[in-house]
Amino acid sequence: MAAGSAFAAKSVDFPFPGGVGEREIATGFPGKGAMVLQRTRPPLLETPFEVFDQGVFTPNDRFFVRWHYAVIPTSIDVESFRLNVHGAVDKPLTLSLADILAMPGRIEYAAVNQCSGNSRGFFQPRVPGGQWANGAMGNAKWTGVPLKAVLDRAGVKAGAVQVRFNGLDTPVVAGSPDFMKSLSVDHARDGEVMIAFAMNGKPLPLLNGFPVRLVVPGWYSTYWVKMLNDIEILDHPDENFWIKTAYTIPDTPHADMKPGQTGVPMVPINRMVPRSFVTNIREGAKLRLGNPVTVRGIAFGGDSGVAKVEFSGDGGQKWETAQLGKDEGKYSFRRWEAHLVPRTTGVQALMVRCTNTAGVVQPDTPNWNPAGFMRNVIETTHVSVL
Amino acid sequence: MTIRTVAGVLLGACALAWPLAHASAGAPPAPALRSVSVQLPVSKRMFPGGAEAAPANANCLTCHSAGMVLNQPSLSKATWEAEVKKMIAVYKAPIAEKDIAPIAAYLAATKGTD
Ligand code: HEC
Repeated sequence: MAAGSAFAAKSVDFPFPGGVGEREIATGFPGKGAMVLQRTRPPLLETPFEVFDQGVFTPNDRFFVRWHYAVIPTSIDVESFRLNVHGAVDKPLTLSLADILAMPGRIEYAAVNQCSGNSRGFFQPRVPGGQWANGAMGNAKWTGVPLKAVLDRAGVKAGAVQVRFNGLDTPVVAGSPDFMKSLSVDHARDGEVMIAFAMNGKPLPLLNGFPVRLVVPGWYSTYWVKMLNDIEILDHPDENFWIKTAYTIPDTPHADMKPGQTGVPMVPINRMVPRSFVTNIREGAKLRLGNPVTVRGIAFGGDSGVAKVEFSGDGGQKWETAQLGKDEGKYSFRRWEAHLVPRTTGVQALMVRCTNTAGVVQPDTPNWNPAGFMRNVIETTHVSVL
Repeated sequence: MTIRTVAGVLLGACALAWPLAHASAGAPPAPALRSVSVQLPVSKRMFPGGAEAAPANANCLTCHSAGMVLNQPSLSKATWEAEVKKMIAVYKAPIAEKDIAPIAAYLAATKGTD
């Protein structure tokens, strides 16, 4: 079966600087509807941007997909699946799904899951990696048990420093470093980090990590380990490739540096930063002079809530505060809406800017780093006023 | 933010379904979890260009489909060479020393900036 070619109804052409933005729309992936095909094996599937105009929750069958290694179990037996908890603990655990479902203290909240490299295709100069446009993100209501409850049951030993997560996916070639991610013990025990078994009230699609995945609200998706089957409590800092080398950012404001700059200290990527998008007006759309239009979109605060969204219809000269939609929780997408009466003909730049509740504002110049991480520049949509 | 919390409820015989009727008030319900079995699509896409593309086709399709490489932007020859060497050093790609230069040359010629 050829994903994409045989099933593609259409394609998109992302306006990446320097091109190579054309992608097929694929429908051949299990549990998934029409998705932007970034890579077939292992699957990298992007959410078509129009989905974000339909509501603040991203449907499971349109939620982006991102795997590193191609050996992904295609069958999961819910009776025999086990989650192992071991390492620096008093009592190692082997939990079945029934054990996890039976645990007290179940929690549920909305949270944005965003790839560290979301929007990488817009970096200038371009950088290697998954060439995503803006759709490597989604918002869902996650249901599960707090990681803390599982760690407390195992009894984390004094002196433990990190908790490392591993899933069922494995590399094709022996010797490739297994994909594992770690959090500090304190973060892992904050009561919010979750072992999730439901996404928008439904089981997770296999490609989003069935039967359970980690949810680390406010942090980039790289930590949200899918098909989570192993939790190891470490008494030393994790030095594995996926923490120490991959997924690191310059330790500078906005994770920004100059191309070719050397000697920049690097740290593991961590908290998300605010972003906002116009979702109902496309780049290049035509508007009529004097005709009022409602401009709407989504915003998220990153590691805290949305305090304010501002909209500019004149390329950033004047900003007005947008009206915010229902608050679904501080880690969720939030709707915003503004009104615009085009007053000048020609090409106009619509801009949107989010400030989070910690006071962090989207910057007006794009950041750059060699891995293409953490883009959150103010987005601009050009329209023609006729 | 709103985090809904619930007290634990004893699980019934139906191990992996959460009987809604038994859940305490305010409990976020869990869907029944059923075993799944799926098939993932395969890609038949090859690196274009005949003989020139042969080393890439022989060495670059083991771990990921061609889209990983073909969807990359134009990159400098040095970057392409570094990518091939990264595949060997980090992911242990079994690529012969003699194939590195031809692969980097092919990628620089078809997707290069210099
Ligand atoms: C041993 C397995 C393996 C082989 C063989 C392999 N790669 Fe990769 N490659 C990977 C992995 C793993 C990634 C990271 C995938 C991800 O992040 O989803 C990757 C990613 C890439 C990327 C994206 C940028 C990056 O560095 O992450 C490029 C470009 C790439 N490979 C090119 C090649 C080329 C060209 C060849 C043939 C010379 C090749 N690969 C062969 C494993 C391999």
